[in-house]
Amino acid sequence: MQAAEKKVFERPRTLKEVPFHFCPGCHHGIAHRMVAEAIDKFQLRERTIGVASVGCSVFLYDYFDVDVIEAPHGRAAAVATGVKRARNDRIVFSYQGDGDLASIGIAETIHTANRGENITIIFINNTVYGMTGGQLAPTTLLGQKTSTSPYGRDFMQDGYPIRMTEILATLEGTAFAARVAFTTPKNINMAKKAIEKAFQFQKEELGFTFVEVLSACPTNWGLSPVDSMKRVENEMIPYFPLGIFKERKAADVL
Amino acid sequence: MTEKQDLVKGNEAVAMGALDAGCRHYFGYPITPQSDIPEYLSYHLPKLGGEFVQAESEVAAINMLLGAAATGVRAMTSSSSPGISLMQEGLSYIAGSEIPIVIINMSRSGPGLGGIAPSQGDYFQAVKGGGHGDYHLLVLAPNSVQELYDLTILAFELAEKYRNPVMILGDAMIGQMKEPLLRRTPEKIVEYPKDWALTGAKGRPQRVLKSLYLKDGELTAHNWKLHQKYEAMKKDEIRYEEVFVEDAELILVAFGSAARISRTSVMMAREQGMKVGLFRPITLFPFPEPRLADFAKKDVGFFVVELNTGQMVEDVKIATAGRSVDFFGKPPGALPTPEEIFEKIREIYPG
Repeated sequence: MQAAEKKVFERPRTLKEVPFHFCPGCHHGIAHRMVAEAIDKFQLRERTIGVASVGCSVFLYDYFDVDVIEAPHGRAAAVATGVKRARNDRIVFSYQGDGDLASIGIAETIHTANRGENITIIFINNTVYGMTGGQLAPTTLLGQKTSTSPYGRDFMQDGYPIRMTEILATLEGTAFAARVAFTTPKNINMAKKAIEKAFQFQKEELGFTFVEVLSACPTNWGLSPVDSMKRVENEMIPYFPLGIFKERKAADVL
Repeated sequence: MTEKQDLVKGNEAVAMGALDAGCRHYFGYPITPQSDIPEYLSYHLPKLGGEFVQAESEVAAINMLLGAAATGVRAMTSSSSPGISLMQEGLSYIAGSEIPIVIINMSRSGPGLGGIAPSQGDYFQAVKGGGHGDYHLLVLAPNSVQELYDLTILAFELAEKYRNPVMILGDAMIGQMKEPLLRRTPEKIVEYPKDWALTGAKGRPQRVLKSLYLKDGELTAHNWKLHQKYEAMKKDEIRYEEVFVEDAELILVAFGSAARISRTSVMMAREQGMKVGLFRPITLFPFPEPRLADFAKKDVGFFVVELNTGQMVEDVKIATAGRSVDFFGKPPGALPTPEEIFEKIREIYPG
C-alpha cells in the first residue's frame, strides 16, 4: 500500500481559478498570490473588502475571490478609509501602482497613513506607468528612459525618484512599513513575511500598514523577464533599499 | 394643537434631516457657507456611534463617501461650489458604480473663487451631469428651512431607490437663514434592498462595484441601463409647487431662493389684478418638463427668474417650445428685490 499523498502546493483559496492576464515576467502575479496567501493564512477571505486602483492591477476583482470596489485614479486610500470607517470589523486593503499612489494619490496616501487608518496598502513600484504605456513615474530612476522621458530622467527637469516607504515610516499613524522584492528566494521569503505581517497588524488593529513591492515591468522596460529581474536587483534595490522601516510594537498603539 | 417648532438654521436643518434619516457617516471638508453642517455633525455623530471624518480635501471626501456607501450604509457629504467642482470626478464614479449617496451643495458664487454670496450659477453643473460621462444626479432644490430638512430625508430614500447620487442644491441664503422647523422624524425610514453592498463575501459569491466595462458591448448596455433609471425618475419623481397658476396668463418659473423672492412679486402683481402665477420646480433633475408643457398648450407666457445670467431658462424654453419666455437674471453680488421683479412683470405682462 502506498503512503497517502501529501499536498505541498496549491492555489490559495482567495485566488480564483483563472489565469492572470499580466505580461510575461510581470511581478503582479507573484504579489497577487502573496496577498491571497496572507488572507488565507489568517482566514480573512470572507470578511475582506479589496480596493482596486487604476492601472494594470484594476482587474483585481477578476482574480481575488473577495468583495471589491474600484477606486478612481489615486483615490484608493480615501476609498479604503470610507470602507473601513463604515465596516471597521472588516479587513480592507488597496493594491496600487506607483503612478496611482505616489503621484496623483500622494495626498490621499499620506493623510490615510497619518490618520492611522487601520487598512493595508500593497504598493507596486515598477518605476513606470504600466497600463498607459511606460511613461515617467515619480519613482522612475535617474537616467531611466521612458516614453515621456526619452532622454532619461533628469533631476533638473523631473526631480528625484520618491521613496514612499521612508516617507510613510515617519508618520505616527503608520504601524508597519516595509519594502520588499522578489529577486531571490531570501527576498521572496522576506516579502511573504512582510505582507503577512501587514495583514496581521490590521487584524490586531495596530494602525496603517504598508508594503512596497519592487516590481518588474519587462514590457515597458524593453527587457526580457530575466534581465528585468536583474534590473530590480542591480538598479532598483540600491536606490530603494529593502527592509522594514517601521514596525510598531503593540504597546505603542495607545 | 400646534406641534413644537424650533428656530433652526438651514444648514443645521440639513444635518438634522441626515441624522433623522439614519445617516451615521459623514465625510467632508470645510468651506463657507456650509460649515455649520460638518460642525453640527462632528458634535452629534460620535455620540450616536457614527463616523465623522474631516478629509484632507473634497477630492478625498467624495472618495471616502464612495467607499463607505459601497458597504450599504447611509452616508453623505456637503460642500459649496468650488468644493463641489472638486468632487465631480468622484460623483461620476459613484453614478457609474450605482452607489447611493447624498451630497449637499450650499452653493456660493463663481466662477473661480468667486464669492460667498448666494447664487444659482451651479444649475448646469448640478442637473446636466457635472463630471465626465453620460449620467445625472437626482437634484432637489429646497426653498425653506423646513424643506431642507424634509428633502434631506427624502434624498436618502431616493438615493437608495435608484442607486444614484442625490444632490440637494441650496445656496448661501437658505443655508444661513433661520426659520421655524418642525422636526417631523419619519415613523419608519424607507429603505431598499442592498443586495449589492460590499460586506465581505461570506457564504455568497463575490460582489464588485465598478464603473470599468471593457468587454464588447458592456459599456453600451451599462449606459442604457443608467438611462433607463433617469427615465424612471422622470416618470415618478418630478416634484414642484404651484401658486396661482390655474388662471395665470404669465407664469414665473423660479427655484430655491429666487422662487422665494419671486413669490412676493407674484403677490404684488395679484394685488394689482394681474393674473400672474409661480411655478417652482422642486426637482431640477428630473425637470418638471411635462407640467410646463401642459401650461404651454394654453395661451400663457413664461418668465424665468434666476440668480445667474440664464441657465434653467434653457430647460424652460425646451419644455414650453413655441411660447414666449422672458428672463430676469441677477448674477451674484446682490439679490434681486421683489420690486425689481415686479417691475419686470409689469413690462411683460400681456395687455
